[in-house]
Amino acid sequence: MGLLSKKDSKLILDPLADNNPITIQVLGICSALAITAQLKASIVMAISVVFVLGVGNVVISLMRNVIPSKIRIIVQLVVVAALVIIVDQVLKAFAYELSKELSVFIGLIITNCIIMGRFEAFALGNGPWRSFLDGIGNAAGYGVILIIVGFFRELLGSGTLLGFKVLGDPITKTGLYSIGYENNGFMLLSPMALIVIGLIIWVQRSRNKELIEE
Amino acid sequence: MEHIELFFKSIFIDNMVFATFLGMCSYLAVSKKVSTAVGLGAAVIFVLAVTVPINWLLDQYILRDGALVWLGEEYASYDLGFLSFILFIATIATMVQLVEIVVEKFSPSLYNSLGIFLPLIAVNCAILGGSLFMQSREIPTLGLALNYGVSSGIGWFLAIVAIAAIREKIRYSNVPAPLRGLGITFIITGLMAIGFMSFGGMLTGGDEETPSLDSNPENLGIKAEQIQEVNTETVQTVDVSTITKQ
Repeated sequence: MGLLSKKDSKLILDPLADNNPITIQVLGICSALAITAQLKASIVMAISVVFVLGVGNVVISLMRNVIPSKIRIIVQLVVVAALVIIVDQVLKAFAYELSKELSVFIGLIITNCIIMGRFEAFALGNGPWRSFLDGIGNAAGYGVILIIVGFFRELLGSGTLLGFKVLGDPITKTGLYSIGYENNGFMLLSPMALIVIGLIIWVQRSRNKELIEE
Repeated sequence: MEHIELFFKSIFIDNMVFATFLGMCSYLAVSKKVSTAVGLGAAVIFVLAVTVPINWLLDQYILRDGALVWLGEEYASYDLGFLSFILFIATIATMVQLVEIVVEKFSPSLYNSLGIFLPLIAVNCAILGGSLFMQSREIPTLGLALNYGVSSGIGWFLAIVAIAAIREKIRYSNVPAPLRGLGITFIITGLMAIGFMSFGGMLTGGDEETPSLDSNPENLGIKAEQIQEVNTETVQTVDVSTITKQ
């Protein structure tokens, strides 16, 4: 990365793996899991969060010296709420079906703990450029997990990816289905999202022993 | 009847944690001890009971399409729906502050037990989620909105107390090292959610398909799996408690 100094690129790359917001920092699980039954919804959610957190971090960082610390939570909530309204209106205008599907979960980005967490932990103490990188990095780390979960749930649950029938057609019995493969409808139900994340944590922590909790 | 139905539906079938994953952050972070979990759970019930009816009034008389008609005929065409996020979150943040002040003044003992958790609640997704679901499910009356707030709060309370109890016990079991802490908590929550899905048939007597399952084509196979999973879950809990006794 010629564009970024080593320290700056660390800001982006760290949250993708060893300091992942979902699997390590335990932030932002709230609004994410219910929408991962399909890959498309996960990708849209990930992009929305990247936008909200990237821009929000810059705004908060620019205002960090003017915000009185007593009312900072309310100021932060207003900034996030305004950005989320933009995302919501854009989705309603250009992807109405999808925005119906995501229903209240776009609104719940407001209370996504990742956003408040990064505002508090980073944007209030750093300049706008570094805050921007930090926001993008953390949101991307969150998006990666979302997309992995969405990928497996859609592939194993309905045998499709982004709506394409990658494993063949279950009704006419082509592809994998011709040798007796069945979709696991259970993957589409919400509890499986939790179990899949549990397994991701397991894999990640067995690869990196330093992350193991006592 | 309507009230009883909504009450049980929000506690068991549409449980905030197990069906919609709301409030997961605090659910995972504050569930290490039963006593703190009880404190946070109580605070959530309290705040939901206050904010859901207030946001219902706001939605009904300000935000809805045509809701401003009480100001006069010329306002009938206004639709302020796009403002609901900002208005709801502002209401919640103010109510949390207000509740904190009132509780501190009138019941210092309750304040001391809830103390640290009250400010945390402003950013708990369960609270905003309660208001947003109230709006999207179009709950018809103020009484039902209050009922919805209280009952979904109770559902959240049950969930966090249950997981805290399990986590206190599971400390004595031999969990694989990489799964310890967060990983096993996720998996247990998943198993509990599967258990809660068996409440699905409660309101219909089990004859009809329930809303939470009807999106799924392979209902029967799932039910069989559910029963199996629930069985293994109970067996595990029994194991853990016998280990502690020894």
